[in-house]
Amino acid sequence: MTLTDVYLQQLINGLSLGAMYALLALGFTLVYGILELINFAHFNVFMVGSFVALGALNLFGVTPNAPPLAGLALGAVLLGTLAVTMVASGLLGVAIERIALKPLRNVRGPAAMITTIGVSYILFNVVLLGLGADSKNFPSPLPALALPIGGAVLRLREVLIWIVSLVLMAALTWFVQFTRMGKAMRATAQDPEAARMMGIEVDRVIILAFFLGSALAGAGGLMFGLYYNFTSYIIGFTAGLRAFTAAVLGGIGNVPGAMLGGIIIGLIEAMGGQLVSASWADVIIFSILVLVLVFRPAGLLGRVAPNKS
Amino acid sequence: MQRELGLLLEFRGVNTHYGDLHVLKDVSYEIGRGEIVALLGGNACGKSTTMKTIMGVVRPTSGSVIFEGQPIERLRTAERVKRGIAPVLEARRLFPRMTVLENLELGAYTRKRGPELAEDLERVYELFPRMKERRGQIAGTLSGGEQQMVAIGRALMARPRLICMDEPSMGLSPLLVEQVFDIIQQINRQGTTIFMVEQNAAMALSIAHRAYVLQTGQVVLSGEAAKLRENPAIREAYLGELQVSAAA
Ligand SMILES: Nc1ncnc2c1ncn2[C@@H]1O[C@H](COP(=O)(O)OP(=O)(O)O)[C@@H](O)[C@H]1O
Ligand SMILES: [Mg+2]
Repeated sequence: MTLTDVYLQQLINGLSLGAMYALLALGFTLVYGILELINFAHFNVFMVGSFVALGALNLFGVTPNAPPLAGLALGAVLLGTLAVTMVASGLLGVAIERIALKPLRNVRGPAAMITTIGVSYILFNVVLLGLGADSKNFPSPLPALALPIGGAVLRLREVLIWIVSLVLMAALTWFVQFTRMGKAMRATAQDPEAARMMGIEVDRVIILAFFLGSALAGAGGLMFGLYYNFTSYIIGFTAGLRAFTAAVLGGIGNVPGAMLGGIIIGLIEAMGGQLVSASWADVIIFSILVLVLVFRPAGLLGRVAPNKS
Repeated sequence: MQRELGLLLEFRGVNTHYGDLHVLKDVSYEIGRGEIVALLGGNACGKSTTMKTIMGVVRPTSGSVIFEGQPIERLRTAERVKRGIAPVLEARRLFPRMTVLENLELGAYTRKRGPELAEDLERVYELFPRMKERRGQIAGTLSGGEQQMVAIGRALMARPRLICMDEPSMGLSPLLVEQVFDIIQQINRQGTTIFMVEQNAAMALSIAHRAYVLQTGQVVLSGEAAKLRENPAIREAYLGELQVSAAA
């Protein structure tokens, strides 16, 4: 393996991680855009999502010793797992909003944000107590197809992660840009009171933001499992913090920004790990978080002026 | 004269509070179908609060708001919009990062989609030909006058029976103020009732049929606009001031 091959391989890895962080970052951004709330429960919605994906795969007969699937069966299992995971995670997000956050809607200050930290710990501990501390083998229905590019390898799982993320991000962009509810979401993010006076039910927009963001986090949980071949109660914090950094880097509240930030963070993790050492990757990523917050709080694509104009 | 057609909107003994701050104090208004009614008053006397109370963003602590004969003070804002009340908000309040067309579409948010919407859009473009050219432009990049046109167009897209305007002349040049008031009159002639908050008392009284004067949350004067224009107290308090500021 030449040095070029090594970097090519890290580029492939970085884009896959980046796609996953982007999906996760979108959830932070959608909720922040509307409520100006940093939802730390999102970290562990992602983690629960990966367990839901694991359960769904088992349900569809995908176990560690089962033979890989192909063709229609593979497509059906993947789509089924993705659908179940996204719907379940989306509903979890909505339940968190309705039960824990809605009662605090008109409370000023950090109460709601602190509550999301509490909810995050509840999810964390429920999974820990319910399923144990050992990491779980995440079976993959994918055949071991791999395309050698020089000395680097492009595996089917990476291609799948790219395609699924691209499709989901394109669908979200289309939804926010062109549908009636999407326009209502953007209007509410820009001026909630004026949006309300257009007849928009702001409460429904909030539910929708939690549903979509959490559903995407669930999809990210499935990607995580397919990429690392395991899941554990602990995966939410690292991935969540990196995705949060991605959202801030792109400009929190900004949808394309979250996607861009995710890809950049994924690449930094892979390349930085290669250039320096893996243990430095987080130092670099969180230094970026601090630097962005200090010098460019609006992020790469965010507006310099805060939300309202 | 218009009042013969009956009342469209009524406040009966309305009180509103923001926490301990008592803003509207036992206020009553009567807006007849087809009228232009102006609400005059100095800063912080409760004019915008009146508009927000009509839209349901502020709830009265007591008293009743009646629209087309039915109490609406407990209805959600969206329901009021559906019944035919549309706002032109203070300082425009367009959605700054959406296009002109998207802003106009949001005005029709509660209506069913169909050919009628396209017709109404054409009607708005007829009233504001410039908006048609600018329909793809981001609203936040328009000039103040253009933004006011979009804000009025956005209200029309709701096909309202009543438009509540909060200081439509704010921040506009005298020429634009004149244009905006012309348009308001035109909209009214086509059958839409208008309840309008204004600091520009001279202009407001020149197109309004009737007016109310609010002072620290209480109605202190009301009547025909033509009579109020002659009222010495009004001339001193509002019209005189205005001539000075217009000359400056
Ligand atoms: N959301 C609010 N919370 C607390 N006080 C408010 C709020 N909105 C307005 N006020 C106060 O209520 C009074 C009337 O305000 P407003 O109706 O906006 O006056 P104006 O006649 O200038 O439009 C003012 O003293 C204002 O400071
Ligand atoms: Mg006001």
